[in-house]
Amino acid sequence: MLKNYFKIAIAVLRRRKFFTFISLFGISFTLTVLMVLAAFIDRVGNSNYPDKKRDRSLYILSMEMQGTKNGYYNRGPHSFYFLEHYAGSLKSAEKIAISSMFDYSSTYVNNKKVAINQKYTNAAYWQVLDYDFLEGKPFTPQQVANAERVAVISEDTKTAYFGNIPSVVGKYIEADDIKYRVTGVVKNVPITQIMMYGDMYLPYTLSKGDYKTNKGFNGNFSAIVLAKSAADLPKIKKEYAGIVARIPITDKDYDHIYSFADTYFVGLVRTILGNGNNSGVGKVITGLGIFVFLFMLLPTINLVNINITRIMERSSEIGVRKAFGASSRTLVYQFIVENIILTLLGGLIGIVLTLVVMSLINNAGLIANLNLTINYTVLACSLLACLVFGLLSGVYPAWRMSRLNVVNALKAK
Amino acid sequence: MIRLQNIEKVYRTDTIQTLALNSINLDIEKGEFLSIMGPSGCGKSTLLNIMGLLDAPSKGSITIDSQDTASYSDKQLARFRNKKLGFIFQSYHLINDLQVLDNVELPLLYRDTTAKERRALATEALEKVGLSNRIKHFPTQLSGGQRQRVAIARAIVGKPEIILADEPTGNLDSAMGNEIMDILLQLNRTDGTTIVMVTHDQYMAQKTHRLVRLFDGSQVQ
Repeated sequence: MLKNYFKIAIAVLRRRKFFTFISLFGISFTLTVLMVLAAFIDRVGNSNYPDKKRDRSLYILSMEMQGTKNGYYNRGPHSFYFLEHYAGSLKSAEKIAISSMFDYSSTYVNNKKVAINQKYTNAAYWQVLDYDFLEGKPFTPQQVANAERVAVISEDTKTAYFGNIPSVVGKYIEADDIKYRVTGVVKNVPITQIMMYGDMYLPYTLSKGDYKTNKGFNGNFSAIVLAKSAADLPKIKKEYAGIVARIPITDKDYDHIYSFADTYFVGLVRTILGNGNNSGVGKVITGLGIFVFLFMLLPTINLVNINITRIMERSSEIGVRKAFGASSRTLVYQFIVENIILTLLGGLIGIVLTLVVMSLINNAGLIANLNLTINYTVLACSLLACLVFGLLSGVYPAWRMSRLNVVNALKAK
Repeated sequence: MIRLQNIEKVYRTDTIQTLALNSINLDIEKGEFLSIMGPSGCGKSTLLNIMGLLDAPSKGSITIDSQDTASYSDKQLARFRNKKLGFIFQSYHLINDLQVLDNVELPLLYRDTTAKERRALATEALEKVGLSNRIKHFPTQLSGGQRQRVAIARAIVGKPEIILADEPTGNLDSAMGNEIMDILLQLNRTDGTTIVMVTHDQYMAQKTHRLVRLFDGSQVQ
């Protein structure tokens, strides 16, 4: 039976090459976009290098100040003072990593300009995060305290600056006319890990922004709070909320201050969409849902349309099958199977296309150190999406087909 | 074998009502070869469709093999048709995407049969109509007469007791028409299959056991 359905499905697909092309293109293109997107989100959202302890970390990424009277609004990273002073007073936290957003600097290698993104960190940063050291080690608390000109550099920076030599620990690297001694080399972090990305990591005490005298709240730093266990996270969140609530606001223009210790995903979303107490996660989930739904709706409607057009073409076949003993249900089943064959075929093409697109993105180096891969979750979701496609776009036309009156179906040419 | 009592068929649209069949009473014996004649639009095909359970009468009752099918569900009707009835159409209605053998196997798909059994039965049916050397062809590669022979093979593959043929020779020249008619007569004679045939052709009708004439939906002979 299935073999027969398969035969006819393939025959129908081959007969109408143009329709088949449109259908397959629609399905495979949609799937490719969804899969690449999913892989991207997966990479950004689930990749855990170098924050391997993400399950027991909270992220204090941005703060917001509002002046309700005059409509003032200010959002951005914190000052080092703010984080050290307030987040630093968290009693239930084990360690707190504080680091700056990356800053652009440049150097010259063989008269060629090389861009180096610098990031300033405290010493605890290297304990909270698990960077893979290819050689050397992080700078020590002592070196931070002494504001020594030491640096941890990324693998790419090492190659760009020193070339392919076995060891660079103890050598000097120059950036913006300052020489730093290399203490360690770490595996690259993709820029999508925006809180952890950097080409060169320096003690925060070297930062040009005067972290000592800036007692304001706004600055260029964010923090990662490491808890002793995942179970402590709610306690820390609450403690931090209590601390923030008691912060005296000295600036007359503002009357509200918002800063949260969030889990990774919430923290990221809040940085982009947060507003007051609202993290924006609801918006993101609704938005993504609507996007995926609409995006999948297009090829589905396209398929439904094409399938309905085919009813007329195949009415004689439907009439004959009914006359010779096919019940409506059997016909619905047949057409759904045919449609699922079509969509699975589209799915296979989609997977191949996805692999091609991913390797193009990876090789083009559009985003540094981002290696997209198909993972099993994405693959499973895509296959599920195919089945849903097949069902959604098959059920209605199949139902219409099966309802055709035999006599009329046989009359139609 | 087939008993029609007071069959009436009315087609209604918003404005008019057409009486396609008017109190038809007909008894067809087992093993009989009956032909139905009449001018175009007299209700011949409608009557045949009602006998084939493809269409329901507006009034009256129909029993086939002493079974009243009026209360049957879609599924039960499908089963019944599959077992008892075989259809032959004027324009063959073969599935062009399938090879001859697959076309002939079609009625068996809706029965509990294995692929091997289906193949054997279909080959046997094709042998009966003299087309066993064409099983791998597609319908479009065959002549009209050959196509109709495939359609006959499809109609008889499930060994139904009744064959309903709607102008089976209508699209064929007289030589091919005669060939088809011979096959039908042969089936009736050797297998005892009951055949009801709608035709325009007086000459073909004369070869059958009995002739029924319709005029404007009523039986006149």
